[in-house]
Amino acid sequence: MISLNNVHKSYVTGNSPLHVLKGIDLEIGRGEFVSIMGSSGSGKSTLLNILGILDNYEEGSYYLNGTLIRDMSEKKAAKLRNDLLGFVFQSFNLISFKNAMENVALPLYYQGVNRKKRNKIALEYLEKMGLLQWATHMPNELSGGQKQRVAIARSLITRPKIIVADEPTGALDTTTSYEVMDILKEINEDGITVVIVTHEHDIAAMTHKIVRLKDGVISEIIKNGDLKEWKHQYRKELEIA
Amino acid sequence: MFDLDIWQEIIATIKKNKMRTFLTGFSVAWGIFMLMILLGAGNGLSNGVAENFMRDAVNAMWLWSGRTSVPYQGMKENREIRFTNADYDVISDLEGIDKASGRYFISGNLFSYNNEFGEYTAVTCHPDLKDVESIEITNGRFINPVDINQARKSVVLGKDIYDALFKGKEAIGEYVKINNIPFKVVGICREGGSTRHRNAYLPVTTGQKVFNGANRLHNFALTINAGSIEESKVIEEKVRTAMARKHKFDPEDRSALGSYNKLENYLETMKIFQAIKIFIWIIGTGTLIAGVVGVSNIMLIVVKERTKEIGIRKAIGASPRSVVGLILLESILITTIAGYIGLVLGTGLMEGINFLVEQQFAASAGTNGGNGDIIFRNPTVDLNVAVSATLLLIFSGALAGYIPAKRAARIKPIEALRDE
Repeated sequence: MISLNNVHKSYVTGNSPLHVLKGIDLEIGRGEFVSIMGSSGSGKSTLLNILGILDNYEEGSYYLNGTLIRDMSEKKAAKLRNDLLGFVFQSFNLISFKNAMENVALPLYYQGVNRKKRNKIALEYLEKMGLLQWATHMPNELSGGQKQRVAIARSLITRPKIIVADEPTGALDTTTSYEVMDILKEINEDGITVVIVTHEHDIAAMTHKIVRLKDGVISEIIKNGDLKEWKHQYRKELEIA
Repeated sequence: MFDLDIWQEIIATIKKNKMRTFLTGFSVAWGIFMLMILLGAGNGLSNGVAENFMRDAVNAMWLWSGRTSVPYQGMKENREIRFTNADYDVISDLEGIDKASGRYFISGNLFSYNNEFGEYTAVTCHPDLKDVESIEITNGRFINPVDINQARKSVVLGKDIYDALFKGKEAIGEYVKINNIPFKVVGICREGGSTRHRNAYLPVTTGQKVFNGANRLHNFALTINAGSIEESKVIEEKVRTAMARKHKFDPEDRSALGSYNKLENYLETMKIFQAIKIFIWIIGTGTLIAGVVGVSNIMLIVVKERTKEIGIRKAIGASPRSVVGLILLESILITTIAGYIGLVLGTGLMEGINFLVEQQFAASAGTNGGNGDIIFRNPTVDLNVAVSATLLLIFSGALAGYIPAKRAARIKPIEALRDE
């Protein structure tokens, strides 16, 4: 599904380029539930943005669903994002002057689905999120958890192969965070690959694979079987701290 | 591009962003409105003054005889040139001369009727003078060819003379005495473009006969068939040459034969109006530029404000083209409607002013004997100009939106999303 090979990325700030990703090799298969962890500045968000074709990279290769993502025209990238990817952001990124239903329906607008039909589908997805009665509310009338569920509904409406979530629980309290994670888990159980970035260990622990980044390289990959042991280790670390 | 969906999307956006829509629209509507007022006022002034000027025949020309100032063909200077009726025949047969009238000056100008009397000017003339000097007949008739041929003692009185001598009584058919010689009143008249009507008109032949003029004439009033200064100068030269040959003086000698060409003067004056029009256009262009800058400014801000939205739209699959299209069509829709509103309001105001001016004109014309003194008339703008100005604003608004929209649509969505 996702295959990264020696990916490098640097930002130019002022005179000195900041080397953020220093050769990332990563394979993510179909239906996986992956979290990317790391301290701030480790490049985890940058990696996610590259996975989501929201940003480009300088060196290496990135294959998404068999397609090489490299020096792509914005038009083609937009089409790929629309077809394959769904996004969930920490700050929700809903369009403020559109109500919940219109926000959810927007990706279908770019697929050329007519207004009536896309609004109907949007209502179905809102219902799945338990937000049917909030359909006509504007984003500023919704709570954080509700906003994030609207955003998730929006990411799902195009039936993407991959959901890319950047700190989806970063702006939410614990209870709401767990609700959101439950939704993501359900999505994953439907066969959609989910990749999230988080710095919260308990959130990461709910995924099947944890990719730990340190200073722009992958320091370790913890698979499902190791998670219990890792959890144990993490708890110990907490106790020491 | 013209499917219903994109318009629904745009209209939804406009409805939810009323302030932004209002600001963009207002700057366009205001620009067009001010332009309409400015150009309308300029046109009104120009029309008004031009109309006042037009009341006299603009292609009139006057000739008068004098004394030579240079020796010519062996004859000394300071020789008196005398026009005669034969000159009248020569001039009126010249090509390019439309109307012609000769005048013989008569001495004394005491007018009396019963016990009323006064001093006025008696002008001897041919029937054509009516057209040359735009004389309006309010009662009876002007001097006619029969008066000329039979040298009848007919007189056409100016309105002021009539008022003074007859005090509102019926005058046609009555006799007034001019220098104690009775003349039959055949008409009452007004002088075009003037508020004083103190001339009386007699047949030139009668004047010559009664006041001992033999066949002498002192001056000519003509109208010429010319459309430009050049043409009118050619005709003037032709007349001068004909007279110079006949009376043997230097055609360049302006004191032997004086001439005044009103067309030349009129066209010179029209040049001033041309200058006024250019001036108005400069200000109008300035107003338009201010409008263009206003729209451009707002469009720049709009795109800046929408950068994050553009990022969101791109993340969920909007192509750069659809983003640019969305912003451009919205701007074009708003500026078109606003431009139209400005156009309608501006036209409406100018038509309203026009209505008031015409009423005032009619009122002043009523008290001032048909000659309303208003230098502001028909202050309306050519619709083509107004529509072109609106199109220009729409175009510049679209262009001002296009450049930043294009840039915003081209950058990586993550940069747009980061924009706060």
